[in-house]
Amino acid sequence: MQPTLSKSHPRRSRLEPGGGYWIWYVLPALIMYCLFMAYPMLDSVRLSLYEGTTGARNFVGLANYVRLFTDPEVSARFWGAFFNTWVFFAYHMLLQNVLGMLFAVVLTNRTMRGRRFYQTIIFIPCTIAVMVTGYLFKLVLNPQFAGPTLRSMGLGALVKPWLGDEKTALHVISLVSVWQWVGIPTMMFVAGLQNISEDLLEAADIAGANSWQTFWYIKFPLLLPVIGMIAILTFVSNFNAFDIVYAMATPDGAPNYSTDLIGSLFYRYGVAGKHPIGIPEPGVGAAISTAIFAMLLVGVIPTLRATQGKE
Amino acid sequence: MSVKQKERKGRSLKIYNMHIPSHILMVLWVLVAVFPVYLLIINSFKGRMAIYSNPFGLPTEWTAQNYLNVIQGGNFFQYFLNSIIVVVVSLFMILLLGSLAGYGLAHWRGKIGRGVYFFFVMGMMLPIKIATIRLLELMKIFDLFNSLWSLFFVYIAMGLPIAVFILTEFVHGLPKDLYEAAYIDGAHRSKIYYSVVLPLIKPALATVGIYNLVPIWNDLWFPLIFITQEDKKTVLLAVTRLQGQYATDWPRVFALLTLSALPVILLYLSMSKQFIAGLTAGAVKG
Repeated sequence: MQPTLSKSHPRRSRLEPGGGYWIWYVLPALIMYCLFMAYPMLDSVRLSLYEGTTGARNFVGLANYVRLFTDPEVSARFWGAFFNTWVFFAYHMLLQNVLGMLFAVVLTNRTMRGRRFYQTIIFIPCTIAVMVTGYLFKLVLNPQFAGPTLRSMGLGALVKPWLGDEKTALHVISLVSVWQWVGIPTMMFVAGLQNISEDLLEAADIAGANSWQTFWYIKFPLLLPVIGMIAILTFVSNFNAFDIVYAMATPDGAPNYSTDLIGSLFYRYGVAGKHPIGIPEPGVGAAISTAIFAMLLVGVIPTLRATQGKE
Repeated sequence: MSVKQKERKGRSLKIYNMHIPSHILMVLWVLVAVFPVYLLIINSFKGRMAIYSNPFGLPTEWTAQNYLNVIQGGNFFQYFLNSIIVVVVSLFMILLLGSLAGYGLAHWRGKIGRGVYFFFVMGMMLPIKIATIRLLELMKIFDLFNSLWSLFFVYIAMGLPIAVFILTEFVHGLPKDLYEAAYIDGAHRSKIYYSVVLPLIKPALATVGIYNLVPIWNDLWFPLIFITQEDKKTVLLAVTRLQGQYATDWPRVFALLTLSALPVILLYLSMSKQFIAGLTAGAVKG
């Protein structure tokens, strides 16, 4: 607010006239965001206390939650899907993210050739729709597809109904998802590693640290914020994963609900309606999405606190 | 560093710098990553029976018949067009509303302005899927079932948090002199947005666009629950019908899968650098 400026300009000086002016620029985005994201998200929590749909909606208190957690049939599905989702998540944390970190350490080695090429290829599966990779693997894993050829090559042991067996289906689906998404943590770790100062690594080298020590004592601690971010992204996307189950195992989580995830459970109860009746229960669906919401808050906030604190 | 390394490893620096184990690891993973995509593409050029006798090799006789079948049978062009419309309209609106809000929030640094900013940024952590139950009813109320508008609204809302986050930070980082010069010249705030800010934030707009492009093109969830009418379906939704319809005509299935995946893969390969920067943007904190 320099006087010279306001003299030459009788209107409000500069670009800092407070919220009253800027709100007009923010408002269109804010309305869209509130109407189609924030409000429906919060109102879904309220709807979990009701049954029925618009017009014929009754307040039922916590009945939907009671059903979800204790009703013999519904709770068996819920806890089954809950457990499966943790298995699915474990694969992504322990395999996808560890592989991603390993690849990133290799790909940030300055004297190595062909890094750009490798990076580009590793990322290709991330650009394909989950639906497409899901179908592709479903076809490829079908014993009809490559069975005869594999047997004639002496690899008959690989010919199994991987997706038809309750014991293997969830693991196969998890591995396909890991295969598809490993590029994301790889690229995020590459970006994180490139931020580490050259001087620090050189100092470590002069002090005689080998590459493992450099990784464990320097790179790893400095990557903690990125690790936290990746853990959160993995958690959020795994706890509402749906497409992969839909494509590879039908929304019922076949065989025998062994691949049912919270995302597919939500779809069946809240949107599509259970087989074979086909009438959705929005109240129970809202209770499931509220449970996801709560789990995300419980998982995300401490992770943010622990990893993003000091910067 | 080189002398020390040489002593420590006890072998020549030249061999050390070839990074043989690293290359072996990378080549192995490249094969793992590419093999399924290779199977997808080559099998779409095979005959109906050739797939079973020769699942892994290149086709002995290349045929484009599967692609012709996909394109001629059904409404493939319609699906494709719908997907493109949805992506273009949603991205345009995300960039327009996002850049306006980013411009506003970069200057509105008071308590309320900061609060609004964090309200947007919170949306980056929460999947819009958990709003589905209420969204379903909203679409019913607005009579938007079987309309591409339902998808526009949801994708715009879904894309705004990251757009506001990236664009606010970017505009805030621009040198202030630029504005003040324009302001002294008597330019209005809206003129400054249009003629000063917009040209400068192009790189950030590209990042936001790419970040949202892939998930919107690849989204299955919202078309699946909002769209049932044939002429409003997206490509991905058409893929879901494969299970029943052409279950026995595998090469045709491979052809449709290839067609739905190829646009994004080609776009990615032609500008991989921007893609990688864009898709990992959410992680690298501003």
